[in-house]
Formats: sequence, C-alpha cells, structure tokens
Amino acid sequence: MALIQFTNKGIYCRQGNFYIDPWQPVDRAVITHGHADHAKWGNKSYLCHTLTKPILEERYGLYDNVETLAYNEPININGVKLSMFPAGHVIGSAQIRLEYKGEIVVVSGDYKTEYDGISTAFEPVKCHTLVSESTFGLPIYKWQPQQFIFDNIDNWIVDNHTKNKTSILVAYSLGKAQRLIKNLKGADEIFVHRSIANLNEAFRKAGVQLPNTIQITTEIKKDELQKGIVIVPPVLADSKWIKSLINPAVGICSGWMAVRAGRRWRSADAGFALSDHADWPGLLDVIKATEAEKVMITHGNTAVFSRYLNEIGMKAEEVKTQYGDEEAEEKAEVDVEEKQV
Amino acid sequence: MKRFAQLIQELELSNKTNDKIEALVTYFNEANPLDKPYVIAMFTGKRPKRPITTTLIRQWAIELSDIPEWLFTESYHSVGDLSETIALVLPVAENNIDKPLHQWITELTTLQSKTDEEKKRYVLDSWNSLTTQERFIFNKLISGNFRIGVSNKMLVNAIAKQSKQDANKIMHSIMGKWQPNQITYEELTTGAHVNTDNSWPYPFCLAYAIDTEPENLGKTSAWQAEWKWDGIRGQIVKRNGELFIWSRGEELVTDQFPELHFLKDELADGTVLDGEILAVKNENVLPFSTLQQRLNRKTISKNQLENAPIGFYTYDILEYENNDIRTEPLVKRRQLLEKLINRLITKGIVVLSPVVKFKSWAELAQIREKAREINSEGIMLKHLNSIFHTGRKRGDWWKWKINPYTVDTVMIYAQKGSGRRANFYTDYTFAVRDGEKLITIAKAYSGLTDKEIKEVNSFVNKNAIEKFGPVRTVKPELVFEIAFEGIAESKRHKAGLALRFPRIARWRKDKRVEEINTLDDLRALIPVTP
Repeated sequence: MALIQFTNKGIYCRQGNFYIDPWQPVDRAVITHGHADHAKWGNKSYLCHTLTKPILEERYGLYDNVETLAYNEPININGVKLSMFPAGHVIGSAQIRLEYKGEIVVVSGDYKTEYDGISTAFEPVKCHTLVSESTFGLPIYKWQPQQFIFDNIDNWIVDNHTKNKTSILVAYSLGKAQRLIKNLKGADEIFVHRSIANLNEAFRKAGVQLPNTIQITTEIKKDELQKGIVIVPPVLADSKWIKSLINPAVGICSGWMAVRAGRRWRSADAGFALSDHADWPGLLDVIKATEAEKVMITHGNTAVFSRYLNEIGMKAEEVKTQYGDEEAEEKAEVDVEEKQV
Repeated sequence: MKRFAQLIQELELSNKTNDKIEALVTYFNEANPLDKPYVIAMFTGKRPKRPITTTLIRQWAIELSDIPEWLFTESYHSVGDLSETIALVLPVAENNIDKPLHQWITELTTLQSKTDEEKKRYVLDSWNSLTTQERFIFNKLISGNFRIGVSNKMLVNAIAKQSKQDANKIMHSIMGKWQPNQITYEELTTGAHVNTDNSWPYPFCLAYAIDTEPENLGKTSAWQAEWKWDGIRGQIVKRNGELFIWSRGEELVTDQFPELHFLKDELADGTVLDGEILAVKNENVLPFSTLQQRLNRKTISKNQLENAPIGFYTYDILEYENNDIRTEPLVKRRQLLEKLINRLITKGIVVLSPVVKFKSWAELAQIREKAREINSEGIMLKHLNSIFHTGRKRGDWWKWKINPYTVDTVMIYAQKGSGRRANFYTDYTFAVRDGEKLITIAKAYSGLTDKEIKEVNSFVNKNAIEKFGPVRTVKPELVFEIAFEGIAESKRHKAGLALRFPRIARWRKDKRVEEINTLDDLRALIPVTP
C-alpha cells in the first residue's frame, strides 16, 4: 500500500495514521510550515518544527497540543519513521520525510533553494516519491540572486527619500517580512504592521535574531514613517491608510513581480521579484537531486510542470490539493489579525 | 540602451501621469542626443520595417532555451507578451555590452538585407549580452511595436515641458513626416522641418460624451447638430500639389482610398478638410462592418472597391488658402466649407455631412432615435462660435450617442488575459440560448472592476470543466449584460451574426442562466440592408 494518499481532508499516511498539512480538521496533523493554507486551525494535535510552534501560538493561540521536532531528528509513529528537513521557505519550514519498510516519501511543502539569510538552508532529501509544489513552474521564472534584489530595494528606498516619498514594502507577514528586515541595509527605522510585529516578537522569544523593528501605532507621526521604511502585509497594499501617508510609494515583494503584467496588475509603484518559492531551475534541480522515481505535483503550474517532467523522462503526476490559494491565505491573515493598523 | 531601459522601467513602474512625464523630461535632459529622435519615433508608432519575422525570432528563442515548443506557448500565455516571454525564457546572458539605442536600431535596419544565418548570429549574440530588461527592449525594437502606456499627448507634453515650447507646435512637429536619422531633437522641438513638409495634419478636435440633459446647453439656436458617423475620422491635406489623407490614429492612409484621389486635382493648394471616411453606396452610409473590409490592406481588389465604395463626409475646414482658420468660429468655417464642397466637379464622393435642422431639444431627441436606421451613432452638437480645438475640450463640442443595444448572456469560456491582466482569467466568451443549446455570440475583455475580475477569476478556477490550451470551459452560471453598438449578419461566426464593440455592461448577479436572451432575440435586431 502506498505510504501516502490524497484524501478529501489532505495528504494521509494510513500506516502512521496522520495527515500532512490537512485542509480539514483531523486528529493528528503534521505541519510543513506556518502559512495559513498549510497550517489550518482546528486539528486535535499538531506536530511541527520547533520554530513553527511560535507561529501557531501567535496566530491560533495553540499551546498544549503542539509537539515539535528539530531538523533531522527522526521519531517513530506507529512504525513510520518521520523526520524533518529544512525547506528554506520561511522560518521553521520543513520537508517531511517518511520511511516505512524501506520506502521513502518526502512531502516538501513549499520550498526555495536559495539561502535567504534567515530560514535554515534547503537540503535535498533522497526519496522514492517526492511531493512537490510548482508555484513558479514555468521557464519564465528565474530569480536573480537575492543580494541583487536587496540592492535594488535599498536604492529604491534611497531614491524615495530624496523625493520625499514614504517607502512602503508589501510582504507576507510570515517569512518575506522577516527576510526583508534581516537583509535591508541602511540605518532607517523599520516600521512594521502589527501582524508582522507580533510574529517578530514570537520569533525573538524563540531565539531567532532579528534587527529592531517598531510596531506602527496611531501615535507615530507620518513624517517619521516617511523617513523610515514601512512594511505591511498584502491585504493592506491598497488600503486607505497607505493612501493617507505622505507621498506613498508602494513596492511589492513577490515572485509574481518578475513579469511586467504582474507588476502592472497590482498597480504598485515598484515590484521586486523576491520569492520564497523555488524558481524553474530550482524546482528541476531539487527534483533531480532527490532521485525520486515518482513526483507528485500539488499546486501552482501543476499541469504544465508534470507534463514537462514526463517528457524529460521523470514519472510525474498532478494531484489536486487546496494549497497555494493566496486569496485564502490573505483572508485568513485578516481574520486573525483584523484590518486595523 | 541602459538609459533607455531605465526610462522604460520608470514608465512602467509608475501609474501616475505626472511621474511618467517627469521620467520623460529627465530622459530627454540626459539621453544621448542621437537617441532622442528614435525614442520619439518609437513612441509615436513610426516603426521601421521589421528586419526579422516573428516566426524566426520565436524559433531561435525556443532552440536556445532548450524547451519544447508547447512549453514556450504556455509561457507566452502566462506572460502575455512575446518580446517579454523570449527575454525571460532565454538562458542568463554571459556577456555585457552597452551600445547606444540609435546604434542598435541602425544595426537592426541593416540586418534587413542579410541572410537568415547572419541575422540569427546577430540576434543570438545580442541576447547573450543583454540583461532581461534590455533583451525585452531589444526584442521590442525588432518588432517595432512599442506600446508602454505613453500616449502621444503625454509624450508631447513632456517634450514641450523639456524644450519650453508650445505643446501644439510639438504635436504638429512630431506628427509630420520625418526620419529619426535625419533630424536632431532640437530641430524636432523647434519644428524646423514642418514648414517644408506638405503633409502635416492638425490635431483633431475631439468631443466628450454629453454628461447632462441637452436642455442645459441653453438655446438651440446657438448650436449646430450633425450626425455622428461611424467610420474613420480623417483629415484631408492638400498642399503644393500633394494630397495626404490622415486617419485619427495619426496614420497616413492616402493609398488605401483611391476614390478620394481626385481631390488632388480639384482641391486648391493650402486646404485641409476634417471629416469621416465611410463606405457609401447610392448616397446611403453602409455599416462599419462593410467599411472594415477596406481597412489596413496593402492591395484592394475590384470586388472590395465595388462592395465597399468610399465616401468622405466633410465636417469642417481647418486650412483655407494656406491660412490656418481653426480659430474662426464654426459658423464661418461651415460657410466656407459649403462653398468649397459645392464647387467640386466630381459629385457624390466628397460631400457635406448634413446639418440636422431642429427647433427644440425634444425634437432633436426624436430625430436622434432614427440614427441607427442610417448607420449613424447619434448626434454631434457643436457650438456655432466654437473654434477647432486641439484635442478633447469640454464645453464647445458634445457627442450625444444613441444608447447601445444590450443582451443578457452567460459566460461559457474564460481565457487568461494578456499584458496587465496576464495570470487572471479576464477574457470571456458569452453565449445566448438557441433552443436547448448555448451558442457563443461575443468575446469581451473590459467592463469589470479589478475586484469583479478577481471574483470571476476564482469562479473560473473552481468551475473549470475542460482545458483547451489557455482556454477553460466553465459551468454556464454567471450572467452578464453585454452592450454593443451594432449587429450584422456574419458567415464567419457560428451564430450567423457578429456584434460590433461588444463589452460587459454589468454583471447580472440578480439573474439566473434560465433568464438569458435567445439567438432569435438577437436576430430580430439585424437591420434590413437597403
């Protein structure tokens, strides 16, 4: 019997009787990372990486029913050997490796191959079956080295300062925001939306080193924000509050910004193709490095990517999941954090 | 090229007109002087002959990026622009060269006479020496099709600001005939070439749609009413023995309309007429769909000349006896125009667009209802004292169009958009009921807000039934009201009819699919051909 099955509740391991990133409530959920389309509320018990726990605590108020694992620290669940390996996606993101009677399956969740300076660097894991995402599974997506992108962002901020504009960077509260905070140069104060501030605090408590940030409150004057850098989650990108700032210039940080249409669609003032997902060469490299005999493509450009893999001689198939719905992710963020700044 | 690439990026990153103008002004202050006329030429659509076919470029890009053709096509559907798709799929460049823009363009022009092998070597070398953004521009230079949201007006305003010249003069100057390799930026901005250039047209005077009841315009006696014709707005220029026909798109279309060439002999030098190019038979204006057969063709067959003979309905006279008379009041210009048209020897081809007589606004409203019967779009209202403005001005001229037709349809196909809307399902195909079946009648792109598009997009994602390349068939559930300007029989379409200017009027969330219109409802609207 296959070690994993795709059911209407999520990816199920019958032998171990647990689900990985289930989208409906289950008794035992193993979580790859803290984004809302992967870590849902309402499961009876959770197993996740040590650094994903503060996210579940902060977002869902979960304390008692969350077990944690460090990377590469195998445990046994009903005879299934389970271990976690870094996925490089966001802080605490893990690939789940399952081994049962010599068969190895890796559920990689979301991942990226470039080290981002804050999430533990991705490691390919050899396996028989790989479950992979394909968010950017088209050959048009080839990321620039992150240093190049951060230099661009730094230059943009300097330019905004000379033009008396307020620099607002739009980035997911979990992952992208911390990556920016860690990598931006310059001595400007970084002002962050409450959802980001709360996560930062949770991470700091868990021992993650992050530069200082200031939570945006109504007391902070708009000219102070103008002199600094403002980071907000995507739900606020078009908000009235941003329009109320002094000469706002909005820069969206997302892989979709690699394509001009993506930049114009979001009607941002600037787009920076900074992604927490693997690009096309990254996806291919990882899949080859795992030496998997079978690849299951969960979300993103599933049809295109699996067709291509089959043509180059790898056995691949698409599977329907509920991951990758950014709208849902954004909405979940708003539900949790309300809409106020 | 790097400076130009920076300009393009700045223009694309901003969605505010002032920022774009500022970016253009800074560019014209800093750029290589030899590059500037080329940039103006490019932005105003003066494109050189394509040195390399799209097919070849595409083929080389696929070869070099080592991906199957279908994957390239998928990528293209996601990006929505061929030049950009190629720039993105190619392997990362190994070299870096920086040549000024005008040099790239000149090199591309000389490629025309080269063999395909030589062309290929040049293009592949270039791709291997340019960043993604520069490659995109290089590919655009080859295609000559540079549309990046800079209107002529915006460009003119920027040049006027940079050179401290009058905007009208700049508009004249850049709309005329000139070659970027034979003119300096300074000559262009001072209009040094336009005096010797016989062809230059005047900027068209355009009208806004009336936004109030006509009663509020005051006394009827102060206004001239004309039919608003549905053809190609045109300007006929006769100077120094030469005849030029300009379309509103600022294109010279002289060769497309041989019926009008007699004017070369019959119009006095120093005359410029404003009017509408139409298909006209037995003094009846034919629908736009008939005129369409005559547009953008290199050669015109005898058949086309017979089926869609051209007429020119004159509205106005802008130049008379070599004098610019645009600031004379309309009433005077009309008198001159009537005198001049009546003097033409050849009758029935270039005629006066009739003035519609009316005593009250109510009477005019009634007359307007008949517009469709004569293939007119409605009424134009022009103040008798109005000058011929440059561009769109509020107040003196109004268009009072008849309300469009509407039909309730259901969406059955969706396709991802291109350009700004790539990655979202934004292009929809709509159907009406034909007995038990649904039959497609129109495809439309615009008319929804970004928020609605996102909503439809998520519906398509959840309700897609089948895939055909980029097209999804979706559950027939969403009802849209489609507005359109005209309807004609068509053998090319399955429904046997074609709609003119179909667009989404609104999303009828209040209606169910059972309530949409039928094909018979639409057929009843087809006008009987005279």
